[in-house]
Amino acid sequence: MESINAKYVSQKISKIRWRPVSHAALQQPDIFVTGSWDNEDNKISFWSTGNHETSANDDGFEGDPQLLCEQRHKGDVLELQFLDPDRIVTASSTGAVTIFRHHQNNQAISLCHEWPRAHYYPCDNAPCTGVVCSSPEIVTVGEDGRIVVFRADQEGVNRVIENADSSTIHAVTYLRTTEILTVNSIGQLKMWDFRQQSSSPAQILSLSGDRVPLHCVDRHPNQQHIVATGGQDGMLCVWDMRQGSAPFSLMEAHSAEMWEVHFHPSNPDHLFTCSEDGSLLHWETSSHSDISYLQGKFLSSQCHLNLSMISKNILNKCSVLIFHVFLNFYFFIFLKCVSGGRNNSTTSRSAMAPAGGNQSLISTWLSGESSKARLETTHMLPSQTLSVNTLDVLGQCLACGTDGEAIFVNRQVPV
Amino acid sequence: MEEVDVEPVITNIPASAGKHLGFTWGPGDILVYETLYKASGFVGSGSPFIHEIRKDEDIYSPILRKLFNESHHIFVGLQTVGEELPSKNKKAQFVSVSKNYRSVIRACMEELQQVAVSTKSPDIATQYGNQVSILLAIELIWNLCEVLFIDAAPAGSVLLHLLDWVRLHKADVDEKAKEVLQSESPAEHRDYWDVVVSYILQGRLEEARQMLMKQAVLHPAARNMYKLMDSLLSKMPFYNPGGTQTLTEFHVKWSLWHEEADHCLQDNSFSSNKHLELICKILVGDEDTLLEHKELLSTWYHFLVTRLLYCHPTVKPTELHHYAQSCMTLFLESRSVPEPLDSILLAAFEFDIHQVLKDCSIALNNWWFVAHLTDLLDHCKLLQSHNLHFGSNLREFLLLEYASGLFTHHSLWQLAVDYFDHCPEFGRVYLELQIDHVPLDTERKALKVLRICEQRQMPEQVRSICKIMAMRALRNNRLGSALSWSIRAKDAAFATLISEKFLQDYCIRGTFSDLDLIDNLGPAMLLSDRLTFLGKYREFHKLYGEKRFSEAAKLLLSLMTAKIAPRSFWMTLLTDALPLLEQKEVIFSADQTHELMFCLEELTSSLNATPASEDRTMQDEDMEQTKVELLRLALARNLAMAIVKEGTVET
Repeated sequence: MESINAKYVSQKISKIRWRPVSHAALQQPDIFVTGSWDNEDNKISFWSTGNHETSANDDGFEGDPQLLCEQRHKGDVLELQFLDPDRIVTASSTGAVTIFRHHQNNQAISLCHEWPRAHYYPCDNAPCTGVVCSSPEIVTVGEDGRIVVFRADQEGVNRVIENADSSTIHAVTYLRTTEILTVNSIGQLKMWDFRQQSSSPAQILSLSGDRVPLHCVDRHPNQQHIVATGGQDGMLCVWDMRQGSAPFSLMEAHSAEMWEVHFHPSNPDHLFTCSEDGSLLHWETSSHSDISYLQGKFLSSQCHLNLSMISKNILNKCSVLIFHVFLNFYFFIFLKCVSGGRNNSTTSRSAMAPAGGNQSLISTWLSGESSKARLETTHMLPSQTLSVNTLDVLGQCLACGTDGEAIFVNRQVPV
Repeated sequence: MEEVDVEPVITNIPASAGKHLGFTWGPGDILVYETLYKASGFVGSGSPFIHEIRKDEDIYSPILRKLFNESHHIFVGLQTVGEELPSKNKKAQFVSVSKNYRSVIRACMEELQQVAVSTKSPDIATQYGNQVSILLAIELIWNLCEVLFIDAAPAGSVLLHLLDWVRLHKADVDEKAKEVLQSESPAEHRDYWDVVVSYILQGRLEEARQMLMKQAVLHPAARNMYKLMDSLLSKMPFYNPGGTQTLTEFHVKWSLWHEEADHCLQDNSFSSNKHLELICKILVGDEDTLLEHKELLSTWYHFLVTRLLYCHPTVKPTELHHYAQSCMTLFLESRSVPEPLDSILLAAFEFDIHQVLKDCSIALNNWWFVAHLTDLLDHCKLLQSHNLHFGSNLREFLLLEYASGLFTHHSLWQLAVDYFDHCPEFGRVYLELQIDHVPLDTERKALKVLRICEQRQMPEQVRSICKIMAMRALRNNRLGSALSWSIRAKDAAFATLISEKFLQDYCIRGTFSDLDLIDNLGPAMLLSDRLTFLGKYREFHKLYGEKRFSEAAKLLLSLMTAKIAPRSFWMTLLTDALPLLEQKEVIFSADQTHELMFCLEELTSSLNATPASEDRTMQDEDMEQTKVELLRLALARNLAMAIVKEGTVET
């Protein structure tokens, strides 16, 4: 726990992102950017976690994030993405989409380009709620239900899907280079194929019946058919895009809105979620090889629970053990969720092997049937009452920002 | 009616002379504007400005925001400090909470200090400097309250705590000592003796001895004298609360030492060195000597603690006020009026908690300190006897004031929610009133506010938020969004209104918009009749599209017979039945056809009964007539076919 650094920053943080590092260099990220919301003057700020000699040796501030530079941002920062290591794209509550450049040598930020009313209503602003980019393409979504495609090097709009959604689109991510995924406020996960000219989604997946809004979506970095979403009720859903229109598994994670979900980019057996309830969870599925001693204990009772309580396409359910560790005046609660469920349709399972046919590639996220898989979750933050709005993980570094105006950085995440 | 204790603060509004001012109360601030007072028909150009007067400027300081955020965390933790803990352990908990609060103040103070030093603008430097001195005073008072009220140390240990208190707040000695020690020859530094005496005054005898050692080395001739002083200092007994020694035993031991020191003074052991003699005089607690070193003591409470240390080390907490009063009078003789800080500290020494809180409320410009301190004291069960003439109790009153201040801030309002939660009597009412004022700029923010209301079961507010969002969506012609919001609020009337809009849209355009929503209504469909109809009608279209004609026909008929469809829509439904009637195979059975005919007759008779409205053109009338004719024909033909078919099957 000592490896977590907390810093109060006098602004409510809505987004936090690590600056990407080159894979070849094997280095840990050391710069991240934050965006604020609900302030009179909102800002985007670049921070350094102090790998530099300047602050490392003296006064015990080691690892304490240091402000590098900041820039005013019109409206709440609703999304923040790195276009490349020097440029970021922001989504604003005014509906604007803006590209900023971070000048590393003199620690300054300049505005590169702005699309002021990327999302709009005829006589009002429509907040832009999500951005995803794969340089030079930028895809944005908004409360106005539009999907807009920009190119960083072009003035105009590349493509618009009007009325893509009748309700608010909350988040967007790439599935493949030409396909994107959006989640909306009536619990639907839609897949769009840009190769088609039509303005209707290629696929709609949804939770049956309850229409619980989905707030975030992320795709498995290696196996593109595996997608995780989080919704208003705090449930973590894992979907298999290749089959069915319902989620593959549903896990109780948080007691309020899940704001972000992220697979670990290089070690996707790990997943991180954060929520309005003030918690940040680290999920870990262990691979088939290391069979846990915990399994025998919990699985039998759990399977009954699974099959009786949850509809048949939902295989996993967490059982929760709570260990209290009392430290000073903080409570650290470790939740251990051990999850597994016996397969109830063997045929669908066999279809799960990827094209390569290599069995070991079967993702542990979809191995509902194998009693060999287990899922463990750990609370990453000391007790918190205010919402954790955002998180980002890269390498061994995890950063998150809260409505309590604090940012937490953990540089030794066990992945 | 109680008298007002202090003169009201006057704020000058920049307005032209002789004008009248009007004002309006806001949730936390006042709006002031010039009014036109027309006594004699005089019309002048009034000032176009509206002034906003904030009573609590501090919440707008970026650095103090950290204080509010961090202390919020501590506050929430304090509210849950184990009810199940035995009261003994609780005390330790409360002391640790108090220390946490103080460390937050200290951190904040240091940051302010840094900024004040590094800034180039003199205005900001003064502003921050003022804030530092306020925080310094707050921390001083808090620390004393912690010692006297929360920790409530018994005789003996109370003095040790007071010594720590003075040492912490008179830290300039350490800076001076550092300076002296870093010089080339510390013993000859001009501040050398000041440091030694300051150490003695604070009871830091070990450090004083080490300093004296440096001097002793320089003066081998006076070696014996230094040795004597050293042994005197080393022998001075300090009470050890954890040890086995009783207070009486300690007092006997201390008296012996005191006599010894007195003896040294009497036989002029130190008369050849005025510095050592001075130290000895301090050790025996000579009042005049102490008063001669006011600049080293700097405050009357330092004087008090030093005096207690060398005269009454076993002072009981209840006796403190007596000494405090006399020390203050002695020390402040020249100054006529004690400053607010002095009277607050004096009230604390008198164990008059309410006076402390009252004076602090008046002297300080924000509620942060009193609210948090009162809350902590209340948890320690120190405030029970006191009742207010208004509101619930002192703790709640102050917390509500503080939280209301926070709520007016555009960003800190979220913190206030937790404070309201812990005000059992009026917190909820305050929250209900204030939460309506939070501007809902984005859906994200609306969801956060909504979550706050839902968690606290505030249906009224939930409905109002959803309604605001639904209205906004409707205004922007986002029917799907509007419907989602009204479903979330379970607002049947509004859902009906929007369903109506959807149906109108359909009638005009012939297609449905927002199919992704309507197709997935699920159980939400049952919210209002009209919404049910919308969902079912769309289902009919789907069935028809999938060429499941008989199911579609059955659904269509049931929409009318079960009176789900509004009468005004029946014609459309019957028209929709036309293609089904015209199919080659028989879809409507004879019975169903009868029912359809009955619906049609009911509709036409009711239409005829109402006088034809004037704005209906002849053309419309004709159209309608043709439609009815067509329907009748189709129905008759279908009936014939159905009878034939059913008859055939029977035989």
